[in-house]
Amino acid sequence: MEFKTILFYLFSAITVVAALRVITARNPVHAALFLVLAFFNMAGLWMLLQAEFLALALIMVYVGAVMVLFLFVVMMLDINIERVRQGFWNNLPLGALVGLLMVGEMAVVVSGRYFSLANLPPQSMPANYSNTKELARLLYTEYAYPFEIASVILLVAIVAAVMLTLRGRKDNKAMHSSDQIAVKAKDRMRLVKMSPEVELPAVAAKEGE
Amino acid sequence: MEAIVLPFVEGLLGPLWPAVKPVWPLLWTLVKIVLILSPLLLSVAYLTFWERKIIGWMQVRIGPNRVGPWGLLQPIADGLKLFFKEVLFPTAADKKLFVLGPVMAIAPALAAWAVIPFSPGWVLANVDAGVLYLLAISSVGVYGIIVAGWASNSKYPFFGAMRASAQMISYEISMGLGLITVLMVSNSLNLTEIVGAQSKGQFAGYGLGVFSWNWLPLLPMFAVYLISGVAETNRAPFDVVEGESEIVAGHMVEYSGMAFAMFFLAEYANMILISAMTSIFFLGGWLSPVGFLQQIPLVGVAFSNGFHWMAFKMAAILFFFLWIRATFPRYRYDQIMRLGWKVFVPLTLVWILVVGVWMMSPLTIWK
Repeated sequence: MEFKTILFYLFSAITVVAALRVITARNPVHAALFLVLAFFNMAGLWMLLQAEFLALALIMVYVGAVMVLFLFVVMMLDINIERVRQGFWNNLPLGALVGLLMVGEMAVVVSGRYFSLANLPPQSMPANYSNTKELARLLYTEYAYPFEIASVILLVAIVAAVMLTLRGRKDNKAMHSSDQIAVKAKDRMRLVKMSPEVELPAVAAKEGE
Repeated sequence: MEAIVLPFVEGLLGPLWPAVKPVWPLLWTLVKIVLILSPLLLSVAYLTFWERKIIGWMQVRIGPNRVGPWGLLQPIADGLKLFFKEVLFPTAADKKLFVLGPVMAIAPALAAWAVIPFSPGWVLANVDAGVLYLLAISSVGVYGIIVAGWASNSKYPFFGAMRASAQMISYEISMGLGLITVLMVSNSLNLTEIVGAQSKGQFAGYGLGVFSWNWLPLLPMFAVYLISGVAETNRAPFDVVEGESEIVAGHMVEYSGMAFAMFFLAEYANMILISAMTSIFFLGGWLSPVGFLQQIPLVGVAFSNGFHWMAFKMAAILFFFLWIRATFPRYRYDQIMRLGWKVFVPLTLVWILVVGVWMMSPLTIWK
């Protein structure tokens, strides 16, 4: 058996176990961390397929950013595990159907040669083949417009998410750094010129006696 | 280097060689890992000593001077002390994740060194996607802090974890966007080739390489990268994650002994990593700034390209880290976020456009 094959089985075994633990772990934080493990091993599998850009982008985007924010939210929630488990049997049929569909689709993709799908990539690449370069060439030439449209859609989603929470509360006491930096000593303090000694008015002096 | 060592090992083992041959690549990689990591860990130890000395001098103190001559054995004494301390587990802590936290902090800090070239050929793995690998691995470093903060099941560590996850994601973005301009001008993701691209240019032709490196044409990106690097390693003035006066030590509050020492190691290994990356991306790595001085007899060899220049640049950047720690007060949290998102990210986006137009215009200096 080739070393690559051993690696493949190692990565896939860990991926499957981690994916199972994501849905069986009792603690949501553990589940999220198992998802991170699954992502890592998926990246390993992609690396074996010589898709180094996709593998590293998976770690960078999903592990490095998405899952960190996910954990950020999950850690702050006080999730009642019993309540979460309640609807399990009711939701199972729908979940199983979706799962079966996904398995079926993956089977069609994986055994594409059998179903004679067109445009299958060659099995082995030349040594100087750069996955990153090929991907970039396709994205910025042939698929430039779809790529731009996809990014604009994402931008719209970002703006929408910001707008949903941007209500401008009246009791907001947030400080603006630019205003704070722009402050001059004059704005905060008034220097008054006066003589060091002031003569007591005659009336006050009388009262003092 | 392998070409020199291999015949020697073959001769040494003699008849045993055929038995060793199948595992030789593995052994050789292990040797290289040891050759990279042992100087690194030694540098970490003496970086802590150097930091205490520098900050001492800046504050008109003497700094550590009791253990050994000039206090030189201080880091060894510190290490021994930490080694013999008990690792305490809080009763309410998540035991497994509590142990995993320090491991997840130090593993990426050491794994990232696999693609760092120190000199031509002096690299563990000369991969084509080196920059991507570095970005991916350094983005994983935050997990150690988050997991430790959550597993401690304690207030201040949790605040530290929350602050870390927000801060490190924000500054990763500006670091990554800052690097895009470097990739554009060097036309490669391979770290050795990025250094190689800086050895060409008008001034490099005169032997004044210092003006051909990326820091000059990409000066705003150099500043953004360096400052984001300080924020990414949670060093002062961006150290709100630990913030002694606010949350004691953040994610490290509940840790003691070697578990604490591992966070410490990870932080300093990350500092050295950032300094190595900045030297490679912006300061020409092992290239000599004044190559024309090579003509001088005898001492000229010091002015040729080589590892000593890389070490010098890294030391200078590390000094910068310590210098600003002794100089600046800690940033307020909302100001950190403002600097990352409202200043650095727009600046990098504009500069990517500027460099793109510059490269396509007749005024381009990158051919």
